[in-house]
Amino acid sequence: MTARGRRALPYLYLLPAFLFFVPFVLVPFAHTVGLSFYDWDGLTRAAFTGLGNYREAFGSALVRSAFGHAFVLIFFFGVLPVLLALPLAVSSVNASIPGGNALRTLIFLPQAISTVVVGVSWGWILALDGPLNAGLHAFGLDWAAVDWLGSFTWALPSLGIVGTWTLTGLCVALFFAGLQQIPGSLYDAAAVDGAGRLREFLAVTLPGLKGPIAVALTVTVISALRAFDLVFVTTRGGPGTETVVPGLLIYRRAFEDGRLGSAAAIAVILSIVVFAVTLLINRIADRNAP
Amino acid sequence: MSIAPRSGAWSAALLVSFAAITILPILGIVLLSLQPEQAQLSGFELPDRLHFENYARAWDVAQFASYLRSSVIVSVAVVAGTVVVSTLSGYAFGTMRFAGQDVLFYLLLAGLVIPFEAVIVPLYVELRAGHLTNTYWSVVLPLIGVNSSFGTFWMRAYFRAVPRQLIEAASLDGAGSLRILWRVLLPGARPALLTLVVLVFMWSWNEFLLPLVMLSREDLRTAPLGLAFFAGRYTVDRSGMAAAAVMVALPVVVLFIATHRRFVHGMWVGAVKQ
Repeated sequence: MTARGRRALPYLYLLPAFLFFVPFVLVPFAHTVGLSFYDWDGLTRAAFTGLGNYREAFGSALVRSAFGHAFVLIFFFGVLPVLLALPLAVSSVNASIPGGNALRTLIFLPQAISTVVVGVSWGWILALDGPLNAGLHAFGLDWAAVDWLGSFTWALPSLGIVGTWTLTGLCVALFFAGLQQIPGSLYDAAAVDGAGRLREFLAVTLPGLKGPIAVALTVTVISALRAFDLVFVTTRGGPGTETVVPGLLIYRRAFEDGRLGSAAAIAVILSIVVFAVTLLINRIADRNAP
Repeated sequence: MSIAPRSGAWSAALLVSFAAITILPILGIVLLSLQPEQAQLSGFELPDRLHFENYARAWDVAQFASYLRSSVIVSVAVVAGTVVVSTLSGYAFGTMRFAGQDVLFYLLLAGLVIPFEAVIVPLYVELRAGHLTNTYWSVVLPLIGVNSSFGTFWMRAYFRAVPRQLIEAASLDGAGSLRILWRVLLPGARPALLTLVVLVFMWSWNEFLLPLVMLSREDLRTAPLGLAFFAGRYTVDRSGMAAAAVMVALPVVVLFIATHRRFVHGMWVGAVKQ
């Protein structure tokens, strides 16, 4: 092989991946950014509007509430699963119960199930005549039974809990793997110092899990910001606009209202939020690294 | 294990109760899928007998045979494409030195944080202009593009971990780079490849937004898409809907249970770089 051929070789190996990545991800993303400065219905000529779509987005109560809902979902999809998964992961390391592995597999299972299946299933569970309310009636809690996904108060938290159910197992799996990496000597040292269980958890376990916690938060927070499938198959944004999320607005504006520029502007804002949150979580984790 | 089993009973109770909370909704849907058609059910009653005809009804009448076939075609094509392009690019990034290496790698990694919602609008416009909407290509090609980011990252990590002497020895023997990849490196890469296959299969099978936008022809619909439309239309046939839901979830669940250890490890390593 000639010297030139050898120099070109690595690029030949990269070519196939980039042949898919550039036209189907990178170029469309750049087009989204460009499109966000235009008014376009997808058919006729696009008209340049500068920052018009962004002004409209920031001024719109609907867009603002969509991002507000996404941040509520961050609590249910990210914060709550992490808080639940910490004791669960520590327990599952502590407990020498038979079938511990099987239990962890089981807790992780919702992660493998299509969000559409999850949404359809929970739609039935949370229905007015569904099993959750049947259980409440059985315990005489008739006053507590409501149409969970149709309620202005409960629709968003209900979707949030579905996210908690889906993502806690992922966090347990990540933390369990992380716990195995913490050297036993650290626990011995803590025991010698006479640390109680809480001190031990705060001084050894929590710092040792910094990496896995950052990973878990990154993944779950991104899935909260991008919650589209679940909303689309359960509430479609309702009742009213109580569960409208950014992904749903992008879809509606682009494919139902024919406002492609506006959809693109919201998509750009969403991307910036995703980048910023990812960066922030990993910055904090790095700064606190031992 | 390093942590002393001090409060084993409490720990076990906590774990078991959370596992119960996790399994209960899944169990509920499986039970519902075996109830008689049109049954008005409010809870977790056991069916009088196992009504497997719900599955037959979903399979034939609700066209899930066609939806599942679409999903198999799309997922297998995406897995095959992603594995090939990621192996080649991961090999280059992991074992070779060349100008612009870091820039190209980070460019590709950007695919991991670009939300798909930020790609979908122009993608639809462009594929429509190319008369590719309402074909499997419109779902397969973008999914290979998106997954090649993770795939490249994943395979690069594997190739970097291979001892350099192994490659150098083969090179001294006169083996070309493709031959080294095929004969020397890939035989040991099976665990890494298996994880990649499972993850990419799961992501492709469960993808919703892309087929929703690209495929309006009913005979092309993928399984999650079919289920979403089915659930919206036949709100009375709950047992049929539950049977359909079980069928949509089953392939990935089976694959996941069969390979779960590697799978979890893959999620972990895959998530670390984000």
